[in-house]
Amino acid sequence: MSGGEDIEVQYTHHVQRRLIFIAFCTLGVILVAGFSLTINGRGIGFLECYEYIINHILGTEYPFRSDAWFDDYVLWNTYVPRIVMGILVGCGLAVCGVAMQSLMNNPLADPYTVGISDGACFGAVAAIVTGFSLSSVMGSMGVVTNAFVGGLIPAMIIVLLSSIVRLSPATTILIGVAMSYIFSGLETTIMMTADADTLKEAYLWQIGTLNGMTWERCYIPMILTIVGSAFLMYSSKNLNLLSLGDSSAKSLGLNVDQFRTLCMLIVAFLVASLVSFVGVIGFVGLVAPHLVRMLLGGDNKFVMPASMMLGSLFVLFADLLSRVLIYPGELRVGLIISMIGAPIFLYMIVRKKKGYGEVF
Amino acid sequence: MQSVTVDGVDFAYGSGELILKDVTIDIRNPQLISIIGPNGVGKSTLIHCMNRILTPRKGTVMVDDVNVEEYKVKELAKKMGYVPYSANDTFPLTVVDTILMGRNPHRKWKSLHDDMQVVKEVLEMMDITPLAMRPFNELSAGQHQRVMLARGLAQEPEILLLDEPTANLDIRHQMDVIRLLKQLSVKRGIVVIMISHDLNIAAKYSDNIIMMSEGTIYAVGKPVDVITPESVKAVYGVDTDVVLSDGRPHMMIRDHGFSEEDAATPEGSTVSGVTTSGMNG
Repeated sequence: MSGGEDIEVQYTHHVQRRLIFIAFCTLGVILVAGFSLTINGRGIGFLECYEYIINHILGTEYPFRSDAWFDDYVLWNTYVPRIVMGILVGCGLAVCGVAMQSLMNNPLADPYTVGISDGACFGAVAAIVTGFSLSSVMGSMGVVTNAFVGGLIPAMIIVLLSSIVRLSPATTILIGVAMSYIFSGLETTIMMTADADTLKEAYLWQIGTLNGMTWERCYIPMILTIVGSAFLMYSSKNLNLLSLGDSSAKSLGLNVDQFRTLCMLIVAFLVASLVSFVGVIGFVGLVAPHLVRMLLGGDNKFVMPASMMLGSLFVLFADLLSRVLIYPGELRVGLIISMIGAPIFLYMIVRKKKGYGEVF
Repeated sequence: MQSVTVDGVDFAYGSGELILKDVTIDIRNPQLISIIGPNGVGKSTLIHCMNRILTPRKGTVMVDDVNVEEYKVKELAKKMGYVPYSANDTFPLTVVDTILMGRNPHRKWKSLHDDMQVVKEVLEMMDITPLAMRPFNELSAGQHQRVMLARGLAQEPEILLLDEPTANLDIRHQMDVIRLLKQLSVKRGIVVIMISHDLNIAAKYSDNIIMMSEGTIYAVGKPVDVITPESVKAVYGVDTDVVLSDGRPHMMIRDHGFSEEDAATPEGSTVSGVTTSGMNG
């Protein structure tokens, strides 16, 4: 502690540094989103993109079929939903990563720990290969509905089990692994019956992409991400308590079992909604919280918003790369994230000597 | 006045063997109580049952004459604090944040300033103010222990349960902590119940002692009545001499199975070094 400085003042500075970090990450999101929007095929520049977006929100109308009208139409309906979904995916997966790690008291837990991704893949593949859908609307929404329900099944089984039998965090993770294997096996069984084209379609679905995003596809993830993130951020102090261990959390006034079940339900719905619309995007829920904890320490009050912003930045940056690397062709964002995320994660694990500290 | 009543409590994990067998204790009024006994006799299980971390298979636990099951979780946390033997630091926070968690049962909208005053006070009490902004995971085991104690104090409970609060502490800090716990019982009127493996510290400073053996209460009462050569032999299987010092028992272990050959210093064993005190060899 620096000589005699009041702890309250030091703590205020500590909080301010964290808020500045979050502000910088937010600025990064705005910059990367802006650069991404400039790849629009109509030559609309960085500032112009934001001008069009602000004007659109304010209700500005342009002469029908004028250049400005086309610019606004293309930006608002083709590129902005993609950016919005990128931010939702980044925020959602990162906040769920932080929550799962705290709930499981395990830094290697991620949003897919309870088998959501394999469940969703099974649901989607079932729709693509067999044509069976839980939704009355077939086509892409049929796949989405199946993926959503498929993603919820393993999570619901775990939540149900934990309300009947008392599951420790370690047991929960192991059950999640078992669920993943079961659904992965079922998925492979279905895929073995498919022809080459269907197989390709089913396989490609599993690699997350933001391509072809529309506003209609953003609404459900948007609602669930906003509501889920708001709840998890509000619960950040309780998640901090859980990081002390169940006994300490209980003795400090937290109803541990009830809180854990509620959070897992929220994580399950949020992640299942994201996976069902964009496919599987890994590492965001692992890399963003780890990096933030290395820089800011472990207080979830700050880890959550900072991870959300960093997660969004990560997804948007990977999406930008996926669009420029083989331009005019396009890679899948899920692929780029795995290729960037895995080495970053490895580096962090090797670099980290003693838990997490704070360097910011 | 505070009370903790454990009435006929049995506890077992699942359908396993009973860890606590028909335990009955009635603790009333502020005091420092030590729970002693060999490893695995159910000391930690007993205090976990007291604050509802564990639910007994049979029997009841009453706090201030109300069944603990009837308390809301936060209300119980306001009455009863718990300092565990070791702290999880998977996701470490600063020392201030860790201690602030002790304020959780009292948490109100915008109560940070008031909570910080309590944190400052307990940091000073535990002599850890210089550690305030350090990450918890970078502290030594003894410093960890003092932070956990500070968190327990920040909770401002009427009854404080501590699982080996002096483990990992050097002799000066052991004395400081015991003195503090004693002061809490006398000046703040708190019931302090601690598990201890140091029978002499327990005997010297406790108002009453609970001696456990194989999941049952072997003896309970004043230190002079509980710590006797006979009870120590029966519970720990160790021969001791107990002398009285200032009216308190002080235990000395006799050669516990050590022959002269076992106790002999190996021939030629020396150690030397450059010292700051001038004591060498």
